[in-house]
Amino acid sequence: MVELTDNPICTDQITAQVTSPQCGAVVLFLGTTRQLTDGRETVTLTYTSYAPMAQSEMEKLEDQARSRWPIGECVLIHRLGEVPVGQASVAVAVSTPHRRDAFEAASWLMDRIKELVPVWKKEHWATGSTQWVHPGMTKNLEDGTLQ
Amino acid sequence: MIIRIKLFALAQDLAGAEEVTLDVAPGATIETVREALANQVPELKSMLVSCAFAINNEYATTSSPVEPEDEIACLPPVSGG
Repeated sequence: MVELTDNPICTDQITAQVTSPQCGAVVLFLGTTRQLTDGRETVTLTYTSYAPMAQSEMEKLEDQARSRWPIGECVLIHRLGEVPVGQASVAVAVSTPHRRDAFEAASWLMDRIKELVPVWKKEHWATGSTQWVHPGMTKNLEDGTLQ
Repeated sequence: MIIRIKLFALAQDLAGAEEVTLDVAPGATIETVREALANQVPELKSMLVSCAFAINNEYATTSSPVEPEDEIACLPPVSGG
């Protein structure tokens, strides 16, 4: 199950969705908004997406994970809009018969989400400035302008 | 032929638009699109080398051909999670 949502991520609901009598292991990973990055303070993050493609890329990842591991249930959720410090922006949950597969599948899914799914975060720093996060871009880009 | 390119995140801010319309020759590829986009919106030039492109919700390569009815998207390096 794949979802993009503007609402807070409900972990009880996700855990219930992936828990299965055929599975002895449930792994739930949450990516949460961190307050400090390299000594700079974040107030909040805002997320935007290319929604149709983000949805289809996440569905492909679920299919690929199911072909690699004996997954019972799988939930991938990315929150969009504002995600304040301490709240979850992404959830990856899988259940498998045994724990090693659940750990491996969840880790693989999270890595692929960060690499492939067209979602972008914007830092809102405590200083009042904002900055799109575009990993690997060489220019120092801040407040939407080239410096 | 006329094609439309969707922009996101910093690319959208720099261009000041969610979408840009380009006139490219028939047979154009993503590489052609990248060059035409840089020429039409010079503010994007320095970041386009870092951007991926998608055609109809699928990642494209530089040699992928584009058609007027395609939904083409310029995707800066992603940062979900």
